[in-house]
Amino acid sequence: MAKLNQLTIHALRDLLDSGQVSPTEVLDACLKRIEQVDPQVKAFITLIPEAARARAKQLEDLGKDKLATHSLAGIPFALKDNLCTKGILTTCASRMLANFIPPYDSAMVEKLEAACAITIGKANLDEFSMGSSTETSSFFPTANPWDLERVPGGSSGGSAAAVAADEVIFALGSDAGGSLRIPAAFCGLVGMKPTYGRVSRYGLISYAPSLDQIGPLTKDVTDCALVLNTIAGHDARDANSVPVEVPDYTSFLKEDLQGLRIGVPREYFFPGLDPRVKELVQKALLRLEELGAICEEVSLPHTEYALPVYHLISTAEASSTLARYDGVNYGYRAAADDLDTMLQKTRTEAFGPEVKRRIILGTYALSSGCYDAYYLKAQKVRTLIKQDFDQAFAQYDLLVSPTAPGVAFSFGEKEDPLSMYLLDFCTNPLNLAGLPGISIPCGFIQKMPVGLQFIGRPFSEGTLLQAAYAYEQSTEWHRQKPDLDNDCI
Amino acid sequence: MIISHEQVETMAFLNQIELSAEEKEQYTAQLNVILKYARILEQLDTSQVAPMIHVLPLYNVWREDEVGVGLDREQALQNAPESEEGYFKVPRIL
Amino acid sequence: MATDYEAVIGLEVHVELKTKSKIFCSCPTTFGGESNTHVCPGCLGLPGVLPVLNRKVVEYAIKAGLALNCEIAEFTKFDRKNYHYPDLPKNYQLSQFDLPICQQGYLEIEINDNQKKIGINRIHMEEDAGKLVHQGDNIARAEYSLVDCNRSSVPLLEIVSEPDMRSAEEARVYLEKLKAILEYLDISDCKMEEGSLRCDANVSIRPRGQRTLGTKTEIKNMNSFRSLQRAVEYEIERQIDAKEAGEPIVQETRGWDEVTGVTLSMRSKEEADDYRYFPEPDLPPLRIDRAWVEELQQQQPELPAARKERFIQDYGLPNYDAEILTNSRALADFYEASCSLYPNPKVVSNWVMGELLHLLNAENLEITQSRVTPERLAEMLQLIDKGTISGKLAKTVLEEMFKTGQPPQAIVQAKGLVQITDESALTIVVDQVLEANPKVVEDYRKGKGKALGFLVGQVMKQTRGQASPEVVNRLLKTRL
Repeated sequence: MAKLNQLTIHALRDLLDSGQVSPTEVLDACLKRIEQVDPQVKAFITLIPEAARARAKQLEDLGKDKLATHSLAGIPFALKDNLCTKGILTTCASRMLANFIPPYDSAMVEKLEAACAITIGKANLDEFSMGSSTETSSFFPTANPWDLERVPGGSSGGSAAAVAADEVIFALGSDAGGSLRIPAAFCGLVGMKPTYGRVSRYGLISYAPSLDQIGPLTKDVTDCALVLNTIAGHDARDANSVPVEVPDYTSFLKEDLQGLRIGVPREYFFPGLDPRVKELVQKALLRLEELGAICEEVSLPHTEYALPVYHLISTAEASSTLARYDGVNYGYRAAADDLDTMLQKTRTEAFGPEVKRRIILGTYALSSGCYDAYYLKAQKVRTLIKQDFDQAFAQYDLLVSPTAPGVAFSFGEKEDPLSMYLLDFCTNPLNLAGLPGISIPCGFIQKMPVGLQFIGRPFSEGTLLQAAYAYEQSTEWHRQKPDLDNDCI
Repeated sequence: MIISHEQVETMAFLNQIELSAEEKEQYTAQLNVILKYARILEQLDTSQVAPMIHVLPLYNVWREDEVGVGLDREQALQNAPESEEGYFKVPRIL
Repeated sequence: MATDYEAVIGLEVHVELKTKSKIFCSCPTTFGGESNTHVCPGCLGLPGVLPVLNRKVVEYAIKAGLALNCEIAEFTKFDRKNYHYPDLPKNYQLSQFDLPICQQGYLEIEINDNQKKIGINRIHMEEDAGKLVHQGDNIARAEYSLVDCNRSSVPLLEIVSEPDMRSAEEARVYLEKLKAILEYLDISDCKMEEGSLRCDANVSIRPRGQRTLGTKTEIKNMNSFRSLQRAVEYEIERQIDAKEAGEPIVQETRGWDEVTGVTLSMRSKEEADDYRYFPEPDLPPLRIDRAWVEELQQQQPELPAARKERFIQDYGLPNYDAEILTNSRALADFYEASCSLYPNPKVVSNWVMGELLHLLNAENLEITQSRVTPERLAEMLQLIDKGTISGKLAKTVLEEMFKTGQPPQAIVQAKGLVQITDESALTIVVDQVLEANPKVVEDYRKGKGKALGFLVGQVMKQTRGQASPEVVNRLLKTRL
């Protein structure tokens, strides 16, 4: 018999709604698990067990019938620590915000509170989401529950590890170039980056505003649909959030893909791709065809340009977005007698090396004399990248590709920045075009999970979930769990 | 070399960041690798391509001119490293 | 022979819009208030809070653009201007760079009856910064500084002229006219002393006839029309002196010192500034609907130029009077209200432009602060017509009205200022005056006409100005 913390949202819903288990029991199972494995996994920066217990009690007092009307009632979850929580430390895994307590809640916190889910804590990430391995966190790296010697992916690595280790039932992360999908792939989870504008970014501590989008990390596709139902929707406080109606995403969960036209972009099978990953993806394509889909090769000719475009644009935006951290109104302040020294010491001492590197690159891309050659050029090529997708989607309902070029790697393995940046080869074009993407497990290489990515038209999350669900239901990958217990005695 | 040590230093300076000699060396080397990679963009003729200004076909997103509730002073200053008499306090400006 | 120099002046004017809420958040824009009480996570620059544009700001920008004969952009956007300063919470200012909302307009000014068009290069929307308070006598000697974010993100329009002005006077008149237009549009308080109207001047000189521009300096810190004119005058002289002495003119920012009357170099590190403008990703761009522009054009109030024409046509005022009266919306409103109650436009104009403006200027007050209302002014003018008070007495009465805000009748009665028209009473005084001044009487009779004036004056003096000049004249003439 599986433990409560190992279950999915939909499995727990049945137990909670029928009164077989209480929110406190579910929460206790999670807290116990955290106590047991988090010293090794290190998924969390901040835990709030007392507040979580109080909330569970409060929910119990509502009674199970009333609770059952809330989609995520009594489900413990983790937030990436770049989502602001009123009165609770929100650090972005940076020394800069090590003492920052927001006086307001992010839209996500409001929505999940309203759905009666229970916040357990704030999960680790790459500092200001700048990384693909969670190694750039100013505090500590998070380990991959499938192999504690390896990274969980990033930047939402803490969120993914917490779910994969069964410390929470689901988690929220954010994705500017692959930060949800890479950790989902590395940790054997379902991770969705919704269409830009689908989910409110209000209260998300931004890395690159034109690319960031919040999404769920879950144990299966059904859970992904359930969380998306709760978090999607228009918010007037995010001018880029789009007033498009939110369908019931669970209505798309069908096991049939008859007539679905799937394009397979040949450029995504690039030289850096591990041939074993390629093989698993090709097997998945065969499975999709068995399920009724029509898979055909398609070309997205500007794919190879996406990586530099992504890095020029994201770092340019970040260099400006992160300028606010100066020790004046909040955050870290270095001691100094005059303002300039204070500003310089503050930013020099509190930002880590990856943040500084990206700020310098982004500043260069925007600086006078370089703007046309770098920033403007990148935005022009971004137009071409989006046009590639537009053309492909004139013919296909979905595109499919590997998520990451390989499996999770060992700590410190990718020392030079470019090799780390190449991890996002298949994921960041979507952010540049604002498209939704989902990563789901499609097999293992030497016990390490591999991810399959579906890419959709804007606001076609339903179609993504349909394909992901049909594939998932025809496989057993999502039922496998890391064998952490031996590692954590 | 695309970006020089001096340029790396200037970019850091514009952002109120100081670099040690070692960091300057390392960043210059790394950024040159990245910028060299970015040079593949030069292969594309984009003279007829409009830069993307916004990824969504969204325009004219605005609110009406209404006053809402903000923070009280205590909340506003709650995270201030230093404050005095309702103000944020900063060291002298040279 | 000394070179004949020509000054080239352009103005950058920042004007705070009088919307209820800030440009990118819903905090109030109210002036004053305790420090850091009109703030929210947005205008404090806290992470994760996004800007949402106030539609009214766009409306006001279009109104200003239409009034200044600009082209209104079909497509416009906001950009980030990046620089570090502790009064700028995000360390970037949301502004507009390459696609401002308004471009290529002009404004007509008039100096000594000569019309001149001053080009408007652009108008763009942006957010204001917070305020720094330096603890110590000045910034250089302050031990520390304090930041108040109440003004952070208050909406501004920046109105940039072409370098079309050729004298300090033109610069002043341009700014006065611009202020008048913005007041007529009712989109700003335009108070230079409160900083809701701020002006920087770009000044350069060149030998007359030369086409290329000389090196310019940017002058800041001018907080009145007068200081603008003085500062520009000073700067032109300074540049000419430097040129004549063979010293270079450096491109720099200079601050105007009101007390010493000179401009001083503030900084010349222009080369270190690199604002790295790029489109604000958090705000979708704007498409300005032509129908909306048309609608706003229809709603435009009468502007100073049109009103001036109307004053000349309808009230038969001279150009000079019409220019002065219409240069302030409040003054023109006051004038028209007075005329509707006392339909003698020239008389009203004389009193408003003469006595009333004199009183206001002496106390540095605006017409809106005047305790003399159009109703009271009309009542006073009617008292003159009825013969209750003389024109001379009326000046005293107006002063009193101005000071106390009381109605003219009450002042006349309380101070016993009623005009004496009673002939028998005045005859006594006239006789006394004639008796006391035999020599003057002699002069008059010998044909010295001026002597009569002296005698009238004496009677007025004896009656504390209350005697009816008409009656006194008649009585004197009969007696003589």
